[in-house]
Amino acid sequence: MSVLAVEALSKSYGGVQALDGVSFSVSAGELLALIGPNGAGKSTCFNIVNGQIRADSGRVRLNGRDVTGASPRRMALEGVGRSFQVAQVFGSMTVRENVQTALLAARHRLLGFLRPAATLLRAEAEALLEQTRMAARADEPAAALAYGDVKRLELAMALATAPRLLLMDEPTAGMGVEERLALMALVRDLARTNGLAVLFTEHSMDVVFGHADRVIVLARGRLIADGTPQQVRADPKVADIYLGRRGGAE
Amino acid sequence: MSFEAFAADWPLVPALAFQAINGFASASTLFLVAAGLSIIFGVTRIVNMAHGSFYMLGLYVAVTLAPLVPGPLGYWGAVLAAALVMGLLGALVEITVLRRIYRAPELYQLLATFALLLVINDAALYFWGPEDILGPRAPGLTGSVALLGRRLPEYDILLALIGPIVLTVLHIVLTRTRFGRLIRAATQDREMVAVLGINEALLFTAVFALGAAIAGFGGALQMAREPANLLIDLGVLGDAFVVVVVGGMGSIRGAYLAAVLVAQVKALCTALGIIEIAGISFNMSKLTLVAEFLVMAVVLILRPHGLFGRPIPPAHHRGSVEAPLRPLTTTGKFSFIVIILGLAALPFLGAAFSYAPVLALDVLIAALFAASLHFLMGPGGLASFGHAASFGLGAYGTAFAATSLGLDTITAFAFGIAVAALGAALLGSVAVRLEGVYFAMLTLAFAQIVWSVVYQWEDVTGGSNGLFGLWPDPPFDSRTGLYLAALAVTVAGVMLLRYLAFSPFGYGLRAARDSAMRAEASGIPVARLRWLAFIVAGTLGGAAGGLFAFAKGSISPEAISVGRSIDGLVMVLLGGVQSLAGPLLGAGTLTVLQDTVMRETDYWRALLGGLILLVVFAFPGGIAGGLALLARRGAGR
Amino acid sequence: MMRGSTLVRAALIGTALALALLPARAAEPIRIGELNSYKAQPAFLEPYRKGMELAVNQINAAGGIAGRPLELITRDDGGNPGDAVRVAEELVTREKVDALTGTFLSHVGLAVAGYAAKRQVFFLAAEPLTDKITWSDGNRYTFRLRASTYMQVAMLMPEAAAAKRKRWAIVYPNYEYGQSAAATFKKLLSAAQPDVEFVAEQATPLGKLDAGPVVQAIADAKPDAVFNVLFGPDLAKFVREANTRAALEGVFVVSLLSGEPEYLDPLKAEAPVGWVVTGYPWYDIVLPAHKAFLDAYQGAYGEPPRLGSVVGYATIRSLAAGFTKASAAGGIDAERMIAAFKGLEVTGPFGPFIYRASDHQATMGAFVGTTAVKHGMGVMTGARYVDGASVLPSDAEVKALRPAAD
Repeated sequence: MSVLAVEALSKSYGGVQALDGVSFSVSAGELLALIGPNGAGKSTCFNIVNGQIRADSGRVRLNGRDVTGASPRRMALEGVGRSFQVAQVFGSMTVRENVQTALLAARHRLLGFLRPAATLLRAEAEALLEQTRMAARADEPAAALAYGDVKRLELAMALATAPRLLLMDEPTAGMGVEERLALMALVRDLARTNGLAVLFTEHSMDVVFGHADRVIVLARGRLIADGTPQQVRADPKVADIYLGRRGGAE
Repeated sequence: MSFEAFAADWPLVPALAFQAINGFASASTLFLVAAGLSIIFGVTRIVNMAHGSFYMLGLYVAVTLAPLVPGPLGYWGAVLAAALVMGLLGALVEITVLRRIYRAPELYQLLATFALLLVINDAALYFWGPEDILGPRAPGLTGSVALLGRRLPEYDILLALIGPIVLTVLHIVLTRTRFGRLIRAATQDREMVAVLGINEALLFTAVFALGAAIAGFGGALQMAREPANLLIDLGVLGDAFVVVVVGGMGSIRGAYLAAVLVAQVKALCTALGIIEIAGISFNMSKLTLVAEFLVMAVVLILRPHGLFGRPIPPAHHRGSVEAPLRPLTTTGKFSFIVIILGLAALPFLGAAFSYAPVLALDVLIAALFAASLHFLMGPGGLASFGHAASFGLGAYGTAFAATSLGLDTITAFAFGIAVAALGAALLGSVAVRLEGVYFAMLTLAFAQIVWSVVYQWEDVTGGSNGLFGLWPDPPFDSRTGLYLAALAVTVAGVMLLRYLAFSPFGYGLRAARDSAMRAEASGIPVARLRWLAFIVAGTLGGAAGGLFAFAKGSISPEAISVGRSIDGLVMVLLGGVQSLAGPLLGAGTLTVLQDTVMRETDYWRALLGGLILLVVFAFPGGIAGGLALLARRGAGR
Repeated sequence: MMRGSTLVRAALIGTALALALLPARAAEPIRIGELNSYKAQPAFLEPYRKGMELAVNQINAAGGIAGRPLELITRDDGGNPGDAVRVAEELVTREKVDALTGTFLSHVGLAVAGYAAKRQVFFLAAEPLTDKITWSDGNRYTFRLRASTYMQVAMLMPEAAAAKRKRWAIVYPNYEYGQSAAATFKKLLSAAQPDVEFVAEQATPLGKLDAGPVVQAIADAKPDAVFNVLFGPDLAKFVREANTRAALEGVFVVSLLSGEPEYLDPLKAEAPVGWVVTGYPWYDIVLPAHKAFLDAYQGAYGEPPRLGSVVGYATIRSLAAGFTKASAAGGIDAERMIAAFKGLEVTGPFGPFIYRASDHQATMGAFVGTTAVKHGMGVMTGARYVDGASVLPSDAEVKALRPAAD
């Protein structure tokens, strides 16, 4: 069974149809890339799945459960981890505290007052930092990290909820080539070892075709291609949209 | 049916219609003071506490210049000159004061403009003296016209027209000129200005000058209606905030609509006078005391960003992100204990130090109040402009329990704290749905509503005079007993707040402040944590109020006034919002400073303002930030 | 580490100041601790301060009190009860003053009165008008100089009743002073003239009167008389708006305090005409005591006195009389001062008056007259002096009004 199943999502703003009957699914251990020209509806689609926007119609299922319209917070507690296009971490806290906070939230322990948080779930936080190769930076303030490290910290925090599905909005935006490939390799490893489903949007084609197991393509709110990177690359409709620059609302 | 016959059958209809027309003149006045504030906030994100001062100075300048030249030229020349002078002053203030501190943490500009408010008020006292100055009336517009069987002043008609005219001119400037487009671009997205390669400094100066000039113009126009006096600056500031927020920050037409709404509600309350509902008569005119804040609370609850406002994009921290909080080291803990012991020894130092515990008691109360506000502002990231509400609820709860209910000191104190906690739970449940400046303004509105209830509920609260004779029972009735009890309460409160900041709750709260998006995506119940923080802050603020009531033996509505909320903000910002020690430093400094300068000079407000400015310039992160910087430098060498 | 240090710093600064300012006590003067809202109410209190200084200088030039000079220590009370109580504490604990005096705002005066009772310090409230300070919240340590709200209203009552108007409107600032003035007026007028009808009541926010709507609402009620309690900028706005709208034409107006130069002078030629007011027509008083005061004041400051000057002067004169009487009885401690002030006779600019033993209220009166405009300035004409004693309730009535005091 697929981890995430999206069924016939539609959304319009005013008279503009941003999303028109889009369906797809992601399985455990699979990296699915969502691509398309600017304005094709990627962000709308992505934000409906993560709960920030409500769809006009259609369903979002997580492990078979209908979670359409759930808030971002509920999605998190249902097992959806996220990373943002501009990485979001808790700048005034140390790297370890960031992960501890995410862990405490996932375990519903934030309303605890009796013990100082610094001692709680410390080993687990360090294990996650180990996984994302951030252990050496555990005591640094998050605001002082290099951008690549912020991205990896964000990944560690996303993993803190023990997610079944990871949503990544342009995970490598703002990074250098080396860093990009290293991050996606890390994500791929994590997906394989944890049986994690990953849905990501991406502009950079070397990332998409280098790391995705499957690629879906949106244009003007419709899904126009769904297949392996090779199939999509060979699809004339896709080439047409990208090369003919007719996509979206541009 | 003739008008006369109609008016005889329905006397209230023409009365209300006429009052509505009156309302438009008042609306123009409100709009003029608010429009500049809105533009300034929209572009610079500065909550300009000195805006009312520009309005007041505009009026002073106008009443000074107008008599120099007789006739319409003198009058209208003075109005325009006042606007011009205020524009220049605004530019000067921006260049000499605000430009230095744009990189300071958010709200530090508020501290600087508050200092300016103090300085300008004393400057006006120095130049124009204490007596009200009534200016001339507008030549040619001193009469009135007949309307609906009543007389409508010609000047009111002019004022009613000036609002829409200024609105139209501003609208044209904002939509048709490059300057206007820049203002709108900057209002919507600050980063864009930098991207477009615009000289940000110049834009800010121009915007500040424009805002100040409009305020000065509005003040000068009042020449025909009210005397120049020293209470105007704070008086109009509250109104201006309300109008800007109700209209939606940064929206000019919103500001006009809000001004009309507020003025009409007030005019209606005045026109209705005494009404009877179910046999109980109520004087509606008493509602004018708080009408604008009632309007603001209702609007913000229904439309969290005002009538025409949009969510304000976060101001992308211009200042530094605060450093991670660290628990105390062993030396730190040791010093803390030594300090507490030192404070506890204060009453036993002999007659030469007899005043020290008196002043220290006020410092303790201020410290607890500031620390509780800081919990909301610092770890919580929510700047409350109405923290006086919790202080006042605690104080009045305690006072009511001790006097009317006759409870003993400790029970009365507990009762007061409970009242404050309950009030915070209630108000907080609505307020935490908002963020940033809208949160600040809703809390301000709530505090003003609580204030007006206390101010007018004579039977329970003693009305404007308050409650008296609530000295504590033994052993707290002696100076030493009360001081030591207050020390214990304050230390316990501060330790609790510190403990909470390091608890999972504190982690979650700070996380939600740093990134609400990340917090939500991590499953942090942001709204609930903020609500709890609001209750914690309210409870301890209430404890400070309870101590205050016993320390002073009396309590008056002044305990809930805007002034006290501002004092709290100033203490937190002065001390440093980014450090748990900040509010304590700020409370100590402000209280001792105020006590000292009040004795030293008649112009103590200006002196206080000047000292605050010095601190802001020297330590843009507050005193605690400055000390930390010095410590780091010392260690680095 | 730093979090506690603030308190220590504060305390250190406080104690350092305490040491630095500790007074040298060579000549053993009698020390009067005075606190007032100088910053909040400068228009009234600048002349008040001058009045006090004049009295102190005169008394010291005449050899002081029982050989001891008077020393006046003035402080700003911050305009709020919280600061005021601390300032009072400072005057008592550090400056070791022999008596407290001053205050302008009613809630500040009441708070300091409460403090005085608690710490058993003698307090002469100079200016606060509230009835509570001598009646419902009166205490044995507190006396009050100025004619109270009740007295001021009662002084206007003969004219108000004589006008025989049926439809009265009332406008007052929405706080205790305004409320109690309005309530007293309604009570006294209803008693004097049972068929009176109150057709409108406007309670306006202090200092923020929206004059247009308020004047119109009053005019709409078609009153034939108005009782006004507004003062300061509110009064100026009200008068201008009423003139423009011709709203008070033919309406009889009775107005509290409006004849005081502090409030009448700023109106200049636009001062209302024909209003019956309480106030201080310094230009038109023939009392010898006032003549002496006027000459001395003008000689010292080169400007005419305001009512504040009279209050400041009479405050110091009262305290001096009290100190003299108490000294003769063996000392100037609080208990002897209380005993001295009960029935104390004082001569002020308005002539002799006493402090009543029953409610600690001075009988210094005020002038009632009709406003007019002369040489472009508002003045009171036909003013008569109303002795405070003539409008105060009897000692027996007062006993019931003073539950808190012994």
